[in-house]
Amino acid sequence: MIYDVLIIGAGITGTMTARCLAAYDCSVAVAEAGPDVAWEATRANSAIIHAGYDCVPGTVKAKMNVRGCAMMEEICRTLGVSYKKCGSHVVAFGEEDEATLRELYDRGIRNGVTGLRILTREELRQMEPNISEAATASLWAPGAGIVCPYGLAIAAAENAATNGVDFYFRFAVSGVRETDGYYTVSNGTDTICARRIVNAAGVSSADVAKMLGDEGLDVQITPRRGEYILMDKKCGGTVNSTLFAAPSAKGKGVLVARTVHGNLLIGPNANEVERGDTSVTAAGLAEITAGAKRLVPSVNPRQSITNFAGIRATPSTHDFMLFASEEKKGIIHAIGVESPGLASSPAVAEYIVQLLSEDGLILRKRENYIPTRRAEGNPKLFAEMTDEERAAAIAADPAYGRIICRCETVTEGDLLSAMHSPLPARDIDMLKRRTRAGMGRCQGGFCSPRAAALLAADQGTTLDHITKSGGGSWLVRKREDIVREVEDHA
Amino acid sequence: MRKKLIVIGGGPAGLAAAVAACDAGIAPSDILILERDREPGGILNQCIHTGFGLHRFGEELSGPEYAGRYVDMVRQRQIKIVTDAMVLSLSEDRHLSFVSPATGFVRAEADAVILAMGCRERTRGALSIPGTRPAGVYTAGCAQRYVNMEGYMPGSRVVILGSGDIGLIMARRMTLEGAKVLCVCELMPYSGGLARNIVQCLNDFDIPLHLSHTVTQIHGKDRVTGVTIAAVDEANGRRPIPGTEQYIPCDTLLLSVGLIPENELTVGAGIHMDPVTGGADVNQHRETSAEGIYACGNALHVHDLVDYVSEEAEIAGRAAAQRIQAMEKQSAHTITVKTGFGVRYSVPQRIDVTDGVEDVRLFFRVCDPYKKVRVLVTDEQGNAIAKRARNAVAPGEMESITLRADAIRMLADSGCTQIGLCLEQMEV
Repeated sequence: MIYDVLIIGAGITGTMTARCLAAYDCSVAVAEAGPDVAWEATRANSAIIHAGYDCVPGTVKAKMNVRGCAMMEEICRTLGVSYKKCGSHVVAFGEEDEATLRELYDRGIRNGVTGLRILTREELRQMEPNISEAATASLWAPGAGIVCPYGLAIAAAENAATNGVDFYFRFAVSGVRETDGYYTVSNGTDTICARRIVNAAGVSSADVAKMLGDEGLDVQITPRRGEYILMDKKCGGTVNSTLFAAPSAKGKGVLVARTVHGNLLIGPNANEVERGDTSVTAAGLAEITAGAKRLVPSVNPRQSITNFAGIRATPSTHDFMLFASEEKKGIIHAIGVESPGLASSPAVAEYIVQLLSEDGLILRKRENYIPTRRAEGNPKLFAEMTDEERAAAIAADPAYGRIICRCETVTEGDLLSAMHSPLPARDIDMLKRRTRAGMGRCQGGFCSPRAAALLAADQGTTLDHITKSGGGSWLVRKREDIVREVEDHA
Repeated sequence: MRKKLIVIGGGPAGLAAAVAACDAGIAPSDILILERDREPGGILNQCIHTGFGLHRFGEELSGPEYAGRYVDMVRQRQIKIVTDAMVLSLSEDRHLSFVSPATGFVRAEADAVILAMGCRERTRGALSIPGTRPAGVYTAGCAQRYVNMEGYMPGSRVVILGSGDIGLIMARRMTLEGAKVLCVCELMPYSGGLARNIVQCLNDFDIPLHLSHTVTQIHGKDRVTGVTIAAVDEANGRRPIPGTEQYIPCDTLLLSVGLIPENELTVGAGIHMDPVTGGADVNQHRETSAEGIYACGNALHVHDLVDYVSEEAEIAGRAAAQRIQAMEKQSAHTITVKTGFGVRYSVPQRIDVTDGVEDVRLFFRVCDPYKKVRVLVTDEQGNAIAKRARNAVAPGEMESITLRADAIRMLADSGCTQIGLCLEQMEV
C-alpha cells in the first residue's frame, strides 16, 4: 500500500505528530530505527515542561515552547499521562546571576510566558526550604511542569496505533526512491511507500534530510550527552519544584527536580560525544553531583538508585527547523528539535500537520476517532489506582492482585496489559517503560526473573529467548550452551 | 478483617515468629502470615547449598530443607499463610491493607504485627558504577534465582564484585554449573563473607580474590562485553588508583555488595529507625517504637546465619503472644546500649526492664577485623558487667554477648539508663 504520510522517527516529535494525524482520515506509518518508541533523545532527558522564558524571542523554539507548554496539560489528561504543573525556579547566586534572571524575565515576557516573577531570597526559601544559603534570588515560572517523556511518547503512539497508524520498528532508513508521485523508503531489506514524509529523526534528522533530497541543507546535528542520577523516592520531597542554576555560556546548568513519579533527579552535564554513546562517566557523575549540591546542599549521592545518560540532538543553527522542503514536494522536516523539544512537542506536531495540509494533505476528521490510548479508554496502572479501584480491578482480574514489582507496586495485571497493548511490550525494558516494573530501588533484582517468565509465557518461548532490550541483550542462556561456550573459549 | 497477630513475611523470620507465637498460646486461627512470593520460605528457597541449621537443628541442611522444617511446623499448627500477598500500607496503630489474587484487596487490623520482610540487595545504581547499561549486570541473588529456581545461566564468563556471602556462594555455584568465574573483587582489604565460604567457594575452585579492588567501568552495548577493574587506595577514600586499571573481557558482572533491610512499610508507619542497621530501633523483645509492632530477621538487621534469624524471630513471636494475652504491660525502666570502640551497632538497641526480665543476648557487628579482643559491656561508671574474649572478629561475622537477667535487674535497681558495648584490645 501507499501511505498518505510516513513519519521517520518515533521520538516525542514523531509520536505526537502521529497522534495529531490519527485524528484525520488518512493512512499513516511511523518508521523507527530503534526497537521501541522514545528510543534516543526522548528516552533520557530532564523530563521538564519548560515554561518558555529561556528561548531567544522570535525563534521557532520560543513560539513552539510557549504554545506547547500551554497545550500539555490537556493532552496529558486526554491520554491518561501523569503531568504536574510544579513550576520552576532559575536560581541566582549573586549579582551577575541576578542580571541573567532579569534578562530571562524580559525574554519570557516577550515570548508571552505568563506568571513570571523574580523572587527574593526569602520568598525563594519559603517555597524551597532546602535551597542553598548562597542563593540570592530566583526567577519563578509557575507554568513549568514535569512529565514522563517516554511515557508521553508511548501514550501518544498507542493512541495513534489505536486509530490505525502502523509502526515499523528496527527500520533504520537507508535509502529513498521517488516514483510516480510517491516515495519508497528502504531500510535495506524492507520498504515503506508514502506520498508524504515527515522527517522527525532527531539526532539523525540532518542525515535523513540529505537522504530525502535536501543535500544542500546547511545544518549539522551534534549529539551532546547529558548524564543524570536518579534518587530514591524518599528524597523526592527535597524540592517542591524544578530548580535550575542560572544559565551560563555552557548551557542551562545542572537542575534538581522531582520527577512525576516522585523520585529526585539531578543532572545533566553537556558533553559532545560519538553518536549513540550513552555511557556514564565517573567524572560526569561527580560534576552533576557537585552542581546539584550547589543548588541543594542536602542532595546525597548515596541515595542514587540508578544513573543514566541521554543524547540531545543539538543543531548548528541553534533553532528548530520546521519547514516543507523546497527541493522535493511532500517532504516536511523537523530538524534539530532539541530541548525544549518535549515541552514544544504538541505545538510542533500541530505545526507539522499544518505544513502537511498546506502541501495538499486533505484533513478530514476521522469517523469513530478514539481520543484515548485504547478503544476501552486509558489504561491505569495499579500503583495509580485508589483502593476502591484496586479492589474492583482484582475482582475483575485476579492478576491485578499479584504484585510482581514490589518497589513500584506493579502487578501481573499491569504487565499483561502492557504485553497486550497496541504497541506490545516484547522485552524487559519495554515492560519497564510501560509499567515501571524494575524502576524502583531494587532495580529489578526481584522482579526481572518473574517479568521475564511472563514475557516468555506470553510469547510461547523459553527464558533464553527473552532480552533486556532486543538485539543481543540476552538475559540468560541454557546450561548446555554456557558449558559449550566455556569449553570453546578454553 | 481482624486478627490477633499478623506476620508480614513468610520467610524464615516470619515462619519462626508465627510458630513461636502459636506455641506461646495464640490460637492458630488468630494468626495470619502474609507472604509476597508464590511459596513460603523466602530467599532460602533459592539457597540450595548446605550450611543452614548447624546451630538450630545440629545438622547441616540446605536452604529449602531449613525452610521446609518451619513450613511443616506452620502447617502442623494449621496457621494460615496467604501467599502471593503484598502488604501495601501499615499504620502505627496496626491497621494494614494487602492484596493477593485469592483474597482481593483486604483491609485488616491486628493486636500485634510482626515485621519480617527480609532485605534486598544493593544495586549497581547505588554504587554508581560508570559505563554503559547493557544486559548481564545482576545482583548475586537475582542470578541465584535464575540458576537455582528457573534453571538458566546468567552468563558464561563472570566477574563478581563484592565478597559478601551470596557472591561467594554464587562463585561456586556458577563454576559448578559450567561457567568460568574469572575473579572476585572486594573493595575492602578483607572479605565481607564468612571465612568458611572463602575457603569452600573460592580457594577450593582456584578463583582469585582481589582485595582492595573495585569495578570502575562496565563495557558493552546490548550485553556486557567486559569490565575494567582497578586497585583502590586505602588511604584516599578507597578511590581507584590511576594506572592500575585492568580490562577483563566477560559477559556477566555479579554484584554482591551488601544487603539492605526492607523497611518501606516500617518507615511508612512512622516507626523509629536505626540509621546504622537500616532496621527499626527495638527493645529486647524486638518491639519497635510503635506499640505492638515487632521486627525480626533481616528486616531488622542483616544476619549471616539463618539460625540466628529463627532465634530472633522467636523472641518477637513470644513477645507478641505475651502482649496479646494482655499481660499487663508494666511501665518499664529502659536501659539504652551505647556502642563504643570497635562496635558498629547492637541489636537490641535498648533493654526494657520489667519484673519478668530474662537474659538478653546483644547481637552486634564490629567495625573492622580485630585479633585478640575482649568484648566488654560496662555500666555508666565503666565497670564491666559482662565480658567475652574473642581470638578474631570481623565485620562479616555477627558477634553476640549475653547479659544475665540478675545483672540487668541490678543495673535497673541502681538507676542505670545506659550501658556501653565496646571492644578492648588484649595484650598480645
